[in-house]
Amino acid sequence: MSNVVDMRADLASVTLPSPVLTASGCAAAGRELDKFFDVTAIGAVVTKSIMVQPRSGRATPRMAETPAGMLNSIGLQGPGIEEFINKDLRWLRERGARTVVSIAGGSVNEFAELANRLRHEEGIAALEVNISCPNVESRGQVFACDPRAASSVIHAVRRHTSAQTPIFAKLSPDVTNIADIAQACVTAGADGLSMINTTLGMVINTDTMRPALAGITGGLSGPAIRPMAVRCVWQVRQALPDVPILGMGGIANGLDALQFILAGANAVSVGTATFNDPSAPLRIHNELAAALADRGFRRLSDAVGHAHREEGESL
Amino acid sequence: MVPQRFGKPEAGPIQVRGEVLAVRRSGDYHVLVFAAPGVAEATAPGNFVAIAVGGQPTAMLLRRCFSIHRVDTAGALGGTVEIVVDAHGPGTKWLVERSVGDPIDVIAPLGRPFSLPKDPVPCVLVGGGYGSAPLFMLADRLRERGCRVDLVLGAATESRLFGVVDGRRRASSLAITTDDGSLGTKGRVTDVLDRILDDHGGQVIYGCGPMGMLAGLAKVARERGIVSQCAVEEAMACGVGVCMTCVLPVIGSDGVTRMTRSCTDGPVFFGDQVRWESVGTVPPDCLGAPVSAPGDGQR
Repeated sequence: MSNVVDMRADLASVTLPSPVLTASGCAAAGRELDKFFDVTAIGAVVTKSIMVQPRSGRATPRMAETPAGMLNSIGLQGPGIEEFINKDLRWLRERGARTVVSIAGGSVNEFAELANRLRHEEGIAALEVNISCPNVESRGQVFACDPRAASSVIHAVRRHTSAQTPIFAKLSPDVTNIADIAQACVTAGADGLSMINTTLGMVINTDTMRPALAGITGGLSGPAIRPMAVRCVWQVRQALPDVPILGMGGIANGLDALQFILAGANAVSVGTATFNDPSAPLRIHNELAAALADRGFRRLSDAVGHAHREEGESL
Repeated sequence: MVPQRFGKPEAGPIQVRGEVLAVRRSGDYHVLVFAAPGVAEATAPGNFVAIAVGGQPTAMLLRRCFSIHRVDTAGALGGTVEIVVDAHGPGTKWLVERSVGDPIDVIAPLGRPFSLPKDPVPCVLVGGGYGSAPLFMLADRLRERGCRVDLVLGAATESRLFGVVDGRRRASSLAITTDDGSLGTKGRVTDVLDRILDDHGGQVIYGCGPMGMLAGLAKVARERGIVSQCAVEEAMACGVGVCMTCVLPVIGSDGVTRMTRSCTDGPVFFGDQVRWESVGTVPPDCLGAPVSAPGDGQR
């Protein structure tokens, strides 16, 4: 039934066989999830944001469950770019998984260094530039909250990345007008946009009467933020009709994914749902294909942005 | 003499639809028995399960993790698994309210199990509260190898002990401590541990329970120059190694401290690997620790 739908997804110069990807920070580098489903069967593995140097991340507790969501304050724990290339990227390449490498830096120069280091590595379908992690040292300076800062990072990454490798800017919902930031990123050379990163939240532990997280604040994810994410995709699709969008935020099943596609996403990432169901990305691919078939779509691409049509307009 | 580090390669976890067979009370806890095809056969002492809670759809996204108490591979319904649940929150309460025949979504076996000594050396097993759950299966495995097993169970009060009757049957000796003296010796497990090690010549300490207790066991082991293996109870979000929530500072074989996942690299660690005094923090010499002292109160 579902195989009658052409599920190929176009993300700038890259065509993926499936529109469902993992979400950065929710899949490590794919290896652990490969025990639960074939990671080569989905659109791509989006790796946890990698930095130049090894990074310990924050103290524990790093997590608090919230209604239909969770708060995390991991703090970009990772092995640094060298070990990532030698171990994680190598494993993904040998496994035959399509890979989107997420990069994160504390400065424009660090982003440039990461792009430069990855430039000649094989097996990278795209770069996702994490300019929106809420769990960074200076939380007032999330690049994606300022059009000029976002623009500087994207410009630098674009300059150090091969023209054949698309770069996606990952946006924060914690801004007044996300379309302004999106426009700034595209003008600076982003080939596409990933949205949304987590939104900043906080939980107080009523037993200890202190913040629940050692990091005090954390990033909220899961179905709780889905309507916010769908709204962001909708607004950016309206403002920038031709820019590829990778949509994410609380997708837990095929109909959730379909909302993002209809709002204008060309593909989606599945994140927090993977913690509950490790094979969620593949399941959601199948559910999305079935949902598209049920609605008479022959191609995924025909459904992209379909909710923007005038009332009464048909397929 | 020294147990091989992680001698058994990690068996792959599977996600299965289990079926509840029984829920029974044991002191302040519940024992949940369920059929889970393929899990029992692959389980070693120290492995754990991650169970989805709340049914579908649910507002509770995160699986709850429990160490495996007991398995039976010869059940009429295929393999069965038992866990001990302390129903203190909405997820665990949901779980113990399941009826016989209800489905549950299970991922298991997870984590690195306890390593077993090559030689038949005397072992002391120490459980804090329902942390004792995996120790009975471990005791069986050790006795099969000819190891003498002495058991210590400790808790705040009698109703918070788990496995007293079972313990008497399976161990050569059983010592009990409670903080309030309601059963056994009044005090902590570490108050009686030295005597038991002296009396029976224990060469390995196995422990599962609260962090403070495990730190105490590791200290006793270090002072005596014997081995300790501790199963930690860190809060986890995924249980399968992708979320980086359940980390603690652990010294690697290269001598470098890393924030290490307790789900895939643990939950069992050798006592001398864990930086017990630094659990809940990032030690300054940890790989990738922040370079400058964070003075902004935002760690």
